This record gives sequence, structure tokens and C-alpha cells, in this order.
Amino acid sequence: MSPVLRPHFSAQGLRQGARAALPAFPGFIMFALAFGTAAAQKGLSLGETLGLSAFVYAGASQMVGLEIWQQVWTPTTILTIMTVTAVVNARMIMLGATLQPWLKHEPLPRTALNLFLLTEAGWLIGTRYHNEGGRDVGVLLGCALILWLVWLATTFVGFFAGALVPEPKRFGLDLVMPIFFGVMLVPLWKGAKPALPWLAAGVVSLIVHALVPGYLFIIAGALAGVVAGMLIE
Amino acid sequence: MNAFGSFIASPWGSVLAIAGMTLVTFLCRIAGVVVMSRVRITPRIERGLRALPGSIILATILPVVIDNGWPAMIALAAAIIAMAVARIDIVGLVTGLGTLAVIRAFG
Repeated sequence: MSPVLRPHFSAQGLRQGARAALPAFPGFIMFALAFGTAAAQKGLSLGETLGLSAFVYAGASQMVGLEIWQQVWTPTTILTIMTVTAVVNARMIMLGATLQPWLKHEPLPRTALNLFLLTEAGWLIGTRYHNEGGRDVGVLLGCALILWLVWLATTFVGFFAGALVPEPKRFGLDLVMPIFFGVMLVPLWKGAKPALPWLAAGVVSLIVHALVPGYLFIIAGALAGVVAGMLIE
Repeated sequence: MNAFGSFIASPWGSVLAIAGMTLVTFLCRIAGVVVMSRVRITPRIERGLRALPGSIILATILPVVIDNGWPAMIALAAAIIAMAVARIDIVGLVTGLGTLAVIRAFG
């Protein structure tokens, strides 16, 4: 690897990021198809469905949002859906925290766009690139932009053609996200000791998952990993 | 019903719901950067943040994979081994999904 680079931004990085995003495509496609289909079955309009994918752009919270979607809204139901969304997406606070040193000299509007498009998959790909010495913020943004386009386009397809998609379970596609995440774990491996916090994260997430319904196990496990990392010298 | 209540009850309520979800999600997305730009990053905090990517992966996938039983565990192991050998992410992904499809086809 070249000597440590200063954070910078280039159009070439945008293209590199778009290519690096490819392994995340299957997961995005399956999830967005499923969301588009579920939204159509729930009776949402095309505009509402695309609006959720374009602006909220966070799969788990969009799916949970469908569960409490209303035909006629009241201030209470709006507050409920906002609260539930915030709880499901609170884990993103930590993703942003790790990106701050990389983004701190970026112009504000570009950072706002980069963070608006932040997803776990894009963040994992960007983190891997950063760990390997790369500092081009264009890679992060290029990856995020292409994933957003894939998400929006396949939401559209799912809305109209979801029923035509063959049973995803047969091809193992229901587990495409966990398997992609597992693959992204490999380049992060730097020996057993730096992985001890991961163990804490895994154990805590299993316990919380067994005791508390919902998605709390993700943020509880991740927090346990961070605390363990801080405590282990 | 007041004017605000009837506005929310109209089709504009959906727009408001999406706007509200967008707002809180964006706040979650920027909060980490905003907070960290005001905190001095000590070696201890840096160690904690370095542990985060792996921690978030394990916290996300472990419960899901265990819920899906041994076919999912074997598929995940196959994906990780393929990635460790080939170092190409798409190879790891295809190996994992292929393993799962084969187990389910014969299982």
C-alpha cells in the first residue's frame, strides 16, 4: 500500500466505489423487491412506496413502517411511526461515528449527501477500503449512489412484479444479507485479540435477541463490542 | 377536528409520515459525525470505534443465522472459508448462497 494518504475526493473514486458496491447488489435487490411487493399488497400507492425507498432509504425501518402504516393518519400514529423508525435506525449513529475522521475536511453539502445515503453495506465496503489505506471519499459516495439507484429501481420492480419473483428461499436468497456481512468480516480479521470485542458483541446480541422482541439486539451487541474494545488494552 | 388534524387525515398524512421517517432517519445518520466532531478522540475511544465494524456484523448476523438452523451456519462457514482463501467478496457470497441452495434442495 502507498504511504498514508490525506482524505481527498475524486471522480475516479466515484467509479471505483460504484464497482466495489457490486457484491452488495444481490442483498439490495432481494430486500427492495420484497419491500416493493409488501408495500403493494398493503395498499400503498406507487408514490408512497417510492417515497419511502428514496427518502427513508433504510430497509428494516421501511418494513417495520409497513406494519404500522395507516390509511388515515392522526398526530399520534405519525409520532408512533417516527419513534419506531428512530429506534430501528439508531444503529446508524455508530456507523457515522466511525466515518467522522475520514469526512471531517469534506465540504458540508457533500458530507450531508454522503450521510443521507449511508447504509450498513455501503459503510462496510467503505470501511474495508479505508482499512486498506484508501482515503478517497469519492469511493464511499460512488458506492452509496449506485446502491441507492439499485434500491429505488428494484423497489419499483417489486411493486409491480413482486408476485412473479420465484420463491427466494429456494436459492438461499433470504439469507443473502447475513452471508454478505459474513464475507465482509474476513478482511476485518486482524488476529484473535482484536476480535475479542466481536465475541462480546455476538454474545450480547444473542442474549438480547432471546429476551427482547424487535431489532434492539443489533445496537445492544454493537455497543457491547465498542465497550469491550475500549476496555481491552 | 382542527385544521391540522384534518390535514393529517387527508392523503397529505402519508407525505407527512414519510417526511417524519426521513427526518428521524437522517438525524440518526448524521448524529455520529456531529457528536464525534465535538469529542476529542482519545486512544480509548479509537479502540472502541475500531472494534465496531466486526461487532456490528456479529450482532446483526449471529441471531439471524442461528434462528435459521444448521443449513445457514454451514452456508455462512462456507462463505467465510471461500472468502479467506480467494479474497474476492463475490466468490465468498456465491459460495455461501450456493451451499445454502444445495443443502435446501437435498435437505
